[in-house]
Amino acid sequence: MSTVTADDTARLNATYGEVLDVHRRQFLWPVGLLVLVLAYLTYACFAFDIPELIAKSRLDRGVLLGLDSVAYKVHVEKNLRRDLFEVAVEGERTATYDEAALPDWVTVTGPSGNDGRVDIDMGDGYRFVIEGKSLTMTGPGLERPFTVTAGGKTLTWEGDTPSWIDLNPKKVEARPTLLKRVQVTTGRILVFRYFWGWEDFWFDFRSPLHGKSLGQVWSLAWSDDRLDPSMSNAALIVSEFWGNEGWQHGDVFKALLETVIMAFLGTVVAAFVGLPLAFLAAANFNPDPATRFVIRRFFDFVRGVDMLIWSLIFIRAFGLGPLTGVLAIALTDTGTLGKLFSEAIENIDNKQVEGMQSTGASAMTRYRFGVIPQILPVFISQSLYYLESNTRSATVIGALGAGGIGLKLVETLRTGKDWENTLYIITLTLIVVIAMDVTSGWLRRKLTGAGRD
Amino acid sequence: MAMTTVDQLLDHASALERRRRLYTALGVAIFAFLVVMGFIAAEDMNSGGFVQGLDKFFDYPRNIVVETADAGTGWFERLWTYLPALIETINMAAVATIFGTVFAVFLSFASTRGLQVWPPIIPIARRAMDISRAFPELIVALFLIFVLGSSPVPAIIAVAFHTAGALGKLFSEVNENIDRGPLEGMTAAGASWSRRMRWAVLPQVLPNYTSYMLLRFEINIRASAILGFVGAGGIGTELRKAISWANGADIAALFVLLFLTIMVIDQFSGHLRRRLVGGMFAGAR
Repeated sequence: MSTVTADDTARLNATYGEVLDVHRRQFLWPVGLLVLVLAYLTYACFAFDIPELIAKSRLDRGVLLGLDSVAYKVHVEKNLRRDLFEVAVEGERTATYDEAALPDWVTVTGPSGNDGRVDIDMGDGYRFVIEGKSLTMTGPGLERPFTVTAGGKTLTWEGDTPSWIDLNPKKVEARPTLLKRVQVTTGRILVFRYFWGWEDFWFDFRSPLHGKSLGQVWSLAWSDDRLDPSMSNAALIVSEFWGNEGWQHGDVFKALLETVIMAFLGTVVAAFVGLPLAFLAAANFNPDPATRFVIRRFFDFVRGVDMLIWSLIFIRAFGLGPLTGVLAIALTDTGTLGKLFSEAIENIDNKQVEGMQSTGASAMTRYRFGVIPQILPVFISQSLYYLESNTRSATVIGALGAGGIGLKLVETLRTGKDWENTLYIITLTLIVVIAMDVTSGWLRRKLTGAGRD
Repeated sequence: MAMTTVDQLLDHASALERRRRLYTALGVAIFAFLVVMGFIAAEDMNSGGFVQGLDKFFDYPRNIVVETADAGTGWFERLWTYLPALIETINMAAVATIFGTVFAVFLSFASTRGLQVWPPIIPIARRAMDISRAFPELIVALFLIFVLGSSPVPAIIAVAFHTAGALGKLFSEVNENIDRGPLEGMTAAGASWSRRMRWAVLPQVLPNYTSYMLLRFEINIRASAILGFVGAGGIGTELRKAISWANGADIAALFVLLFLTIMVIDQFSGHLRRRLVGGMFAGAR
């Protein structure tokens, strides 16, 4: 292969100057565009005050949130002021372990939890001991045991202090690993041990079925010894699961159903109201330009005002709930679908209608056999597309107040405590959205002919 | 062999026809049942009924109009005061669209079979697009607001995330429909992959890309406005304040601004799209 010399370049320029110029100009405009975009992004960076945002962001909150959504913690608490000892899941009063049935990694020796000695096996070789008002930690990274005592007005400590122990006269915090945490203040000693998974997902802590394995539950369902005399075991299992207080499976399912109803009914109403209006907006079916103009502007108006604003107006009138969402979706999409349908109607092949007319068919028959078969594929595929996208929209307008899964999600986010519930709801929402996507794609292929997606 | 008479054929045909009608009728009946049940359930779960609400439907718009009329010429000043919020929302949408488009281009190239990319990456890119498309913007935005604090940036990231998936799918459909002639020509001439993409593929797909991007920009303005409601700033936040204080004149001003913006961008991008797909790049095809 030979390289291009300066002579060659000059010759090429002389012969094909115009072509090369075009090439160079085509090379320039992307560069110019890139510079423009970068300049805009720089402006935006300052307009949105990115440096301050980075300074203020709380990435530790993100880690905590991530951990909390896939793990749960068990609190071992010794309250020195109220002279109280308890072990509870997530520190909740409703999920407190009985003193006689503590988890096997907590051992109490002596009179009772309060006066006795509490041995906590934190896993990975870490052992914590609470004795009286002091806590002693031993484990990897601690050459001499670290002891903190909560007597008097301030805390006192001795022993090794690695970097993961945060010392303060009022509060000592230690986090040897992500899954183990200790907090000692003058009033209480609090040990957290994290476990992976979602706690009490199937049954409540207080439920008679709590802690039973799948096999045990299965055999209980078929056993004749009733746990609750008033109902059969199978009914009890279902109602305990459905009424789980922490996870609210029943409520979440109802909210999901509301969202799906909103999307389904909204789209159906929009499609069936939009279709006749689309005929009135199509130039080849409605010769009157005045009504055509009015209907087309109506489509533009309801589309332009936006689903968000309609839902706010409807919430005022009809209150919170799925009906409000249905009406907001229906009104907005009457505009969108009506416009799409009227375009499809204007693009039909007129020969079929003329053929029908030549046989003396009535107007209704002409529409039924001449027009409908031509616009049916567009009608079905567009309606299904919008059904799918409305499932997402229904989540959003639900969060603004129309109800359904969106509102449930916002509620769990507001409390900012039960992140595992948030993750649960997000997962369910995604499953529903993806299921709608797959179903509507499948229906579209079935109803409008294979291959044309 | 059994004799096949015309009568038998007719019988068979009418039996088929009857069955088809039965299936259609069944389908319609199930559909109607679902719709009716849905309405009953929706009416049941709603806190206010449909019929009672109908009287009140026009109250709210009427209130807004009355209060706007009361505000007189001062109302036009409100339009001016809310302009910065509107610009913020437009900026949010624009930045999100830019980032979303960039990611969508990469994803779409990585997910198209015909573009001579490393094959194992295709299913990965496709699943990535599916997931980012399925996430409603609101969920991502709420999560990020918790971590990053109330500011437009979480909304931008959320909208960009969704845009990458939504545009990526449309772009990859465009990629699949290109004329493969130029690509084969460049391959035969020994051009590198990046050059093949730059000179054989991009000129064909760019008009459609731009058209889809403009359409998405419009959608993203609405999305950014909605995300303002959950604390992402811009016109949505102002609108939420005005609505919770029930200040009719302000609500009207914000509605008008939002409506006008969407309309202007709709018209402008429609015009641009027709020009782009219509003729400007026609020579490239």
